[in-house]
Amino acid sequence: MYNSSETKSDRVIEVNDLAKEYRVYDKPEGLWASVRGLFHRENRTIHALRGVNLSVGRGEFLAMLGPNGAGKTTFLKLLSGIITPTRGSASVLGHVPWDRADDFRRRFALVMGQKNQLWWDLPAAESFRLHQEIYRIEPVRFAQIHDELVDMLGVSRLLGQPVRELSLGERMKLELIAALLHEPEVLFLDEPTIGLDVVAQHTIHEFLRHVQKQRSVTVVLTTHYMKDVAALCERVVVVTEGSILYDGSLEQIVDRFTTHKVVTLDLEQPPAEGEIEKFGFSCEVRGPRVSLRIDRTRIADVLPKLLASQQVRDVSVEDVPLEEIVAGLFRGAASRRLHNDREQGASLV
Amino acid sequence: MSDHAEISRLKMSYGWLSGLKSWWRMLVICLEERLAYRTDFALGTVMRFLPIVTQVFLWTAVFNASDRTDIAGYSRDNIVAYYLLAMITRAFSSMPGLAGGISRSIRDGSVKKYLIQPVDYIGFLLASRIAHKLVYYIVAMLPFVSVLFFCRSYFPPAPDGLTIAAYALSLVLSFLLGFFLEATLGMIAFWFLEVSSIIFAYMLFQYLLSGHMFPIDMLAGIPTGLAGVSLADVVRFLPFEYTAYFPAAVWLGKITGWELVAGLLIELTWLLVMIGVCRFVWWRGTKRYSGFGG
Repeated sequence: MYNSSETKSDRVIEVNDLAKEYRVYDKPEGLWASVRGLFHRENRTIHALRGVNLSVGRGEFLAMLGPNGAGKTTFLKLLSGIITPTRGSASVLGHVPWDRADDFRRRFALVMGQKNQLWWDLPAAESFRLHQEIYRIEPVRFAQIHDELVDMLGVSRLLGQPVRELSLGERMKLELIAALLHEPEVLFLDEPTIGLDVVAQHTIHEFLRHVQKQRSVTVVLTTHYMKDVAALCERVVVVTEGSILYDGSLEQIVDRFTTHKVVTLDLEQPPAEGEIEKFGFSCEVRGPRVSLRIDRTRIADVLPKLLASQQVRDVSVEDVPLEEIVAGLFRGAASRRLHNDREQGASLV
Repeated sequence: MSDHAEISRLKMSYGWLSGLKSWWRMLVICLEERLAYRTDFALGTVMRFLPIVTQVFLWTAVFNASDRTDIAGYSRDNIVAYYLLAMITRAFSSMPGLAGGISRSIRDGSVKKYLIQPVDYIGFLLASRIAHKLVYYIVAMLPFVSVLFFCRSYFPPAPDGLTIAAYALSLVLSFLLGFFLEATLGMIAFWFLEVSSIIFAYMLFQYLLSGHMFPIDMLAGIPTGLAGVSLADVVRFLPFEYTAYFPAAVWLGKITGWELVAGLLIELTWLLVMIGVCRFVWWRGTKRYSGFGG
C-alpha cells in the first residue's frame, strides 16, 4: 500500500474489505404498477461500496475522486459512523466509527457541503458556544482557537447575524470553524467547495492547507473539483462503482494514465494544410497557434523535427489536463464493467 | 491508589457537570430559537383557546336541552371546570410538531448531526421541548389566568395541599409521558419514511381515550364483555388518559386515596416503559439508518 513504511501506530484510518449495500424498491411507472406495489415490491440491491481497503496515516491529506454515485459519500458516512456497513471493518483513531462512542466523536469532524451543523435561525456565535459545551472545550482554549479561526477567514462581522441570512460561501466558512473548534484529529470534508465562487474556493483552500499543516490534522476530502485536489492533496484515491480504481500520488496519475503530451506552438504564420498533422494527432489550428498531441515515448524524437519544419516563435510542452485524465479513468471503468473484463480492472488497483 | 480513585471521581463529576452544562446551553439556544418567530408563536398560543370555547357552548346546549342537572356524575359547572383543567394538562402533555419534526429530520438527513456530535439526541429533544414549553407558558400565562379567573365560579373549592401536590406530580409526569410517547412515534420513520398517517391514527386514539373529548369516567357504564370490567377500567391501564383526564380528575377530587396512588403508579410505570421503548427504538433505528439526503 501507499506509504507502507510507516509504523502501525501512525495509521489513523484502517479500512478492510468495507462494503455497503442498500436495498431499494424499484418503483415502476403508472397507476396500476403503483397499486401492485402495495402488495408486492421488487427489491433491488445497490452496491454502494464493494469491499474497499484503505489505510491513511496521521497528517495525510487525501482526496477521493469519483463520479456521482461512486460511493465517496457512503465511504465518509461509514467512517464517521452515520451508517453501519454490510460487511468489513473500519477503525478510525482506534475506534469502530459506528459504535459512536463519545470519546471518538469528540476527536473528529465531518463537514458536508450541502448540510449544515449551524443553527439556521440563530447567529453562528450561538452554535459555537453550544459546540464549546458539547465538546467540552476549556474556555481559554476555546477563545484562543475561536479567535484564530475567525481571524484567518475574516468572518468576525458575520458572527452575530442569523445564519439563514448569509451567503453560501460565508456559511461554509462558518461551518468549517464550527467543525474545527474542538481541534479534531481527523477531518472529513464532503464536497466543501460545492457551489462556491472562485474567490471563496481559494480562501477555503488556503485556510484548509494552513490548518492542516499547523495541526497535522488527517483530512479526507471528497470533491468533483480538480482545483481542490491540485491545491491541497498529495494523495488521491479514485473511486468508481464502489471500488478503488487508483490509490497514489497526483503526479503518478499523470505518469500512469497518460500516453501523450500536449504540445502548443506559436508560429510566425499559419501552417499549410496537413503540415502539422503528420507529427501527432488531435491537431487544433487556430491561426498561427497550433496544438497537438504527441506520444510520450516518441516526443524526444518528434519534437526536434517538428520545430525544424516550422518557424516557431514559442513552444510549450504540457501534461494532459487532470480533469481529462480523471474523466478518462471514470470512462474506462464504466466500459470495463460493460465488457465484464474483471481481470484488467483488478490489475489497475 | 486513592489518588487514582480521586482523579476518576473528579473526572466523573466533571463529566456529569459538563453534561448538565451542555444541556443547559441547549435549553438556552432552543429558547432563543423559539423567540426568533414571535408572531407565529403568539398567534399559535391564542388559537389554542378556541376549541375550549366551542366545547363550553356545546355542553351548555346539551344541559339546556335535557332536564337533567347531572350527566354521568358531572353538573354543567363540573363539565366546564373539567374541560378547563383538561386543557391545562394538555398544555403540559401535548407535543405539537415533535413526532413530525423527528420523522422529518430522519427523512431529510438533518438527524446526522446528532449522530456525529457527542450529544444525546433524545436528551437534546427533551431540552428543546422544555424550552418550547417554557416560552409557551410565559406567552400563555395572561390568557390562561384571565380565562380561569372569568370561569372561577364553575370550579369547586380548591383541594387540600396533598391533592395539589399529587396534581402537580401528575402534570410533570404527563409532560414526560407525552414527550416519550411522541418521540417514539416520530422515530418510526427509521422504518417507514412516511409516518404522518401513523401519527394521525395515534392522535385519534389519543383524542378519544385521553379525556380530551369527554371525561373518561363517562366510560364507566360501558361494559367490555368481561364480568364487572367497564371500558373505563381498561382505559385506566392505557397511557392515554394520563395525558389529559387523570390530572384533571385528581384536581376535581374524583380520584382519591389508594386509587390516586395506583393511578400515579400506573402513570409512572408507563413513563418508565416509554423511556425504555424510546431508547430502544432510537438504538435499533440508528443501526439500520441509511443516511438519507446526501
